[in-house]
Amino acid sequence: MGPVLDNLDAYLSGMRTTATLTVVSFGVALVVGTLIASARISPVVPLRWAGAAYVELLRNTPLVVLMFLYYFGLPKIGLLFSGFTTAVLALSLYTGAFVAETVRSGVNSVATGQAEAARALGLTFPQTLATVIVPQALRTVAAPLGSLFIALIKNSAVAFTISVPELNGRVDRLITDTGQTIPLLVGAAVAYLLLTIPSGIALGVLERRVAIRR
Amino acid sequence: MRRGLRRFAVLGAVLMLTAAGCGDDGDEESGGGATTTSSGGEAPPTFAAGSTMATLQGKGKIILGTKFDQPGFGLKDAVSGKVEGFDVEIAKLIAAGIFGGSAEEAAGKIEFVEAVSKNREPFIQEGKVDLVVATYTINDARKIVVDFAGPYFVARQDIMVKSDNNDIRSVEDLNGKKVCSAQGSTSIKNVQAKAPQADLSISFDTYSKCADAMGDGRVVAVTTDDTILAGLVQASGGAFKLVNAPFSDEPYGIGLKKDDTAFRNFLNNRLQEIFDGGEWAAAFEATLGKLGLTTPEPPAIAAY
Repeated sequence: MGPVLDNLDAYLSGMRTTATLTVVSFGVALVVGTLIASARISPVVPLRWAGAAYVELLRNTPLVVLMFLYYFGLPKIGLLFSGFTTAVLALSLYTGAFVAETVRSGVNSVATGQAEAARALGLTFPQTLATVIVPQALRTVAAPLGSLFIALIKNSAVAFTISVPELNGRVDRLITDTGQTIPLLVGAAVAYLLLTIPSGIALGVLERRVAIRR
Repeated sequence: MRRGLRRFAVLGAVLMLTAAGCGDDGDEESGGGATTTSSGGEAPPTFAAGSTMATLQGKGKIILGTKFDQPGFGLKDAVSGKVEGFDVEIAKLIAAGIFGGSAEEAAGKIEFVEAVSKNREPFIQEGKVDLVVATYTINDARKIVVDFAGPYFVARQDIMVKSDNNDIRSVEDLNGKKVCSAQGSTSIKNVQAKAPQADLSISFDTYSKCADAMGDGRVVAVTTDDTILAGLVQASGGAFKLVNAPFSDEPYGIGLKKDDTAFRNFLNNRLQEIFDGGEWAAAFEATLGKLGLTTPEPPAIAAY
């Protein structure tokens, strides 16, 4: 325990960076995922293709590959982002593909009668989506989205490969500085649990809230 | 002839079958060379009975640990499966001192085993290898568990910058600058000691990523052993240069089992022999020299 307590500052600062990275990336991923899901279920065929292509491309590429690709590739076309921004980009575009699939399955779970009724009332497609389908679909997808959030907390550890000083990266530095591998890694696991378990509890509360109002 | 074939094979990388065929030919040639030698010329050197050298000579085989991934020192060719580099050449010259004949002839009696940084000490202690010649820096912590002959080379930590950068002339100039080195390397610690204000927040698992990050302007300098930097400067095609302000010594030695003094003395004498005979310089020119490094004077053997 000694090596962990000696470096509590590094752990706390790493946890802060991990938390920020996760929350910002998840926010962007929700927007991206919802847009892609809308494209996939829209009546416009090219949009559906584009949405499907996005999901298959991003979902089937290892995150670490995307991370390096954006970090070293984007500067070659004149886009030099910081390591943190690059990590947000990689994490949110990657998670966005999973969010899109989750939202799409949620939408598909809403009975077609609902959409038909909305059409009969004269609502346009965007109106139908925004006022009838999505609010109902969101309740179904609350639990799987929560799982994606927790997966994202852990996936953010990949950002250490592009030198973002998040929890895993900070601990890796401590290990090379002190050689105290095992206690420092146990500390890292505990620190991640301190982030993921409260998130899980909070998401459970949220899930029950939206479920009751059904 | 073999080199010509190999180069042709690399150029025609698309024709994988052709490339593999050439590699096989090369192996057979060198194998044949090794067997014909024992019949000719000099008699093999004689050693005191019971010494490690005599035992190895009796077995007709020596197992050597070397790096398989270090350009210029020990790099395994993916096509031919041969290990090439300065460490490999040194290993052949040592083997020639045990078995007699030329280095190329002795090469047929060597079995090369990959020794990564972490497994070098256990390999020696457990007798999995007879010797380790693998960019193995001599230091006091290692001397507790193994013995070293040599050094046969002294690498120096240096700095690489973009060719148009004239601000950085010494390690002190790295203060306040973004500098890249490999995660967990001693190079990082050396910079922290010599330039405490240097920003080392960006680091990767390999030095080629550091070089890429410098090309993109994320860092202004990359620092590690000059031998590694030389390879990166070479690969950059003129975009990067070496500052040539070395600030640490990394003496590379030959690792052997602890307390085999006779063997260590033999190795030290053999090294001195190839230093004086010019084989050492020739080996340097054929390997590291091709990466653009000028041949230095051989280091002084440290008989401790």
